[in-house]
Amino acid sequence: MTLFKLATSAAAIAAVSATAAAARDQVQVAGSSTVLPYASIVAELFGDNTDFPTPVVESGGSSAGLKRFCEGVGENTIDIANASRKIREKEINACAENGVTDIIEVRIGYDGIVFASQQSGPAFAAFEPSDIFNAIGAKVLKDGEVVDNPYNSWTEFNAELPDAEIAMFIPGTKHGTREVFEDKVLLTGCEDTGTMKAMMDGGMTEDDAEDACLDVRQDGKSVDIDGDYTETLARIDANTNGIGVFGLAFYENNTDKLKVATMGGVSPSTETIASGEYPVSRPLFFYVKKAHIGVIPGLKEYAQFFTADEIAGPQGPLAQYGLVADPELAATQAAVAEEKTMGSGM
Amino acid sequence: MTDATLNSGGESPKNRSLHTLDVRTKRRNRAESRFKAYGIAAILVGIFFLVVLAVSIIRSGAPAFSRTVVDIEFTLTQAQLDEAESQLFKTKAYQTMFIAALKEKLDARGLDVAFDDAAIERLLGKIGGDLRSFYAANPDQVGQAVSFQLPASSRVDGYFKGRVSRDTLQDSRFLMKTDLDLVDALHDAGIVRTAFNSTFITGADSGVDNPGGAGLGASVVGSFFMMLVVLVLSLPIGVAASIYLEEFAPKNRFTDLIEVNISNLAAVPSIVFGILGLAVFIQFMHLPQSAPLVGGLVLTLMTLPTIIISTRASLKSVPPSIRDAALGVGASKMQAVFHHVLPLAMPGILTGTIIGLAQALGETAPLLLIGMVGFVARGYPETVMAGFTEPNSAMPAQIYTWAARADASFYEKAWGGIIILLAFLLAMNIIAIILRRRFERRW
Repeated sequence: MTLFKLATSAAAIAAVSATAAAARDQVQVAGSSTVLPYASIVAELFGDNTDFPTPVVESGGSSAGLKRFCEGVGENTIDIANASRKIREKEINACAENGVTDIIEVRIGYDGIVFASQQSGPAFAAFEPSDIFNAIGAKVLKDGEVVDNPYNSWTEFNAELPDAEIAMFIPGTKHGTREVFEDKVLLTGCEDTGTMKAMMDGGMTEDDAEDACLDVRQDGKSVDIDGDYTETLARIDANTNGIGVFGLAFYENNTDKLKVATMGGVSPSTETIASGEYPVSRPLFFYVKKAHIGVIPGLKEYAQFFTADEIAGPQGPLAQYGLVADPELAATQAAVAEEKTMGSGM
Repeated sequence: MTDATLNSGGESPKNRSLHTLDVRTKRRNRAESRFKAYGIAAILVGIFFLVVLAVSIIRSGAPAFSRTVVDIEFTLTQAQLDEAESQLFKTKAYQTMFIAALKEKLDARGLDVAFDDAAIERLLGKIGGDLRSFYAANPDQVGQAVSFQLPASSRVDGYFKGRVSRDTLQDSRFLMKTDLDLVDALHDAGIVRTAFNSTFITGADSGVDNPGGAGLGASVVGSFFMMLVVLVLSLPIGVAASIYLEEFAPKNRFTDLIEVNISNLAAVPSIVFGILGLAVFIQFMHLPQSAPLVGGLVLTLMTLPTIIISTRASLKSVPPSIRDAALGVGASKMQAVFHHVLPLAMPGILTGTIIGLAQALGETAPLLLIGMVGFVARGYPETVMAGFTEPNSAMPAQIYTWAARADASFYEKAWGGIIILLAFLLAMNIIAIILRRRFERRW
């Protein structure tokens, strides 16, 4: 009876899977969830504006993307890895071991990291890196001594800040954003407050002191967010005193709910980030597997389309969405055109 | 201690009228009505949560099914078309031409609000793609006046849906407060209006700056193909395995071990199957990435234990007398199973299958690892074969992606997507119920 039919269908499926490994005709991209929005804009436009099929862009994070990128060369590996940080030496070596030797690095622009709170919450208007460090550092300098963080309210260490309970929502350790946050805010704050010097005077080596600076208090005043910015937004919505760490584009899309604070006296905007005045920003990249150019149709065209003035330039749709255009875009375009790989003539 | 001994001090049963209830009976009746009340309360709590859930889903998701459109006639000349096609960013050129034409039209109408090209651009969604694909499909319409209904930008859409108001809107490059005067004027003139959003049901995913063009259709197809793979593989394998284990297999250590393992497998978190799928199907067997076929295979692994357990339970529930009767009149063991036991167990098997499929339909975690989450559902597959092998997303994965996007309009679409997902699930359940009715036999 129907069992026979089911068996034949199963056989048909098996036949499908056997022929499934046929040639792939679309570009396959994976990686950073920070780059994903921009990549999705470009992928849609690339499909709309050229005769190539729309590329597939998967999310998953910079590290996961680069790991898959380095799995090897061939149709069942991805062509491009999006990353919100530079590829590491370790990853380049892992790539080389699997035969992925020629990698083209493409910088697409900059992303600003902003500190925002509820629109109707306390007036958090201006922060310095030292304020953030004093608020959430595990050990801070108080009255000349390094102590476990004793602060409950912002006003206790900076009289200009409101008397509100400390509640910070920072990106979790799996995010590329966390690295920038640690590097540009916590470490700077640690140095500015003199905590680092005090730690080193207390007998720590410089490396140990740096590590200690990056420790975040564990008493619930600072919360790691492992999800995306939507989760941070939900936490801020529920907490009047909450301060969240967002990407500039996300904040600009939610200005009706969030108000942003200046950092080091500079208010975040595409202009201040492009000029380097706003201190907390980072470059965004994608990495192209050169061995796939010419094999996967549209791969080089996608990279060229992505970096074209009309797309990634200051008037393009990416800047319109919140990406800070790279002032050196022309150099990137030239590098893509001649397929310049990393480590060759750099 | 029993009630009888407790009451031994009271009046003797002999002197009691049956018409008046004694203390013990009253207490028993009270206990019973209390228990009934608990039961009703439990059901009411369940219904209450169901209603809250349904109301909040429908309230948040309903706006996704309507959208604000700009309804206007537009003529594209051959010269304009050639000019647009000669550029790299063609869709932008189409959009610019449309905006210029719209401005001319509005100037002629004499609206009493000041506006410029930039204001119109902020008002409109990303319409270039729509225009280009229209003229590519209908080349005979070039030079003719065509009436277009094109999506407005996400903030204008939010203004009509109450998501954006004059009080909370902050001036930005996305929309200025003064633009709302123009929006109101256009609304009065009948150019901007709210219409049913068919794109949401039939369309594919769009870029993050184009919420007006996003739809769930492509990922519904992805889910459909995945469910097809799951059904076609897990039902025969699951049923065959359980029939053998239940009816034919000797009871020994080895079959016990298999039994324990199947039960354990049913409790394994789905993400584990995702990792397994990545390692086995993509890295080892070289099946394509992001394909519904691989998604279906992974979900099959996840669904199999559920189906095997429920099938074995329903085979067990068929009375042994039926097997004995069949064997008694000379049927072979296989005939007894296939002619008598299996048909009676069919309703139970179908229920188990549909529960397994429903679980698989809502699963996102394993899909994350085989590359079905992200910007993947870009369009409909062209052939049935491509439906299995071309990259596509699935409904829950698409909803998850939308919920994470910055634009509030996508959040609304995520809720709308849940409504479609539930409708899909309901349709699947209805089919199962109809089939079950047809198979149902009484003994």
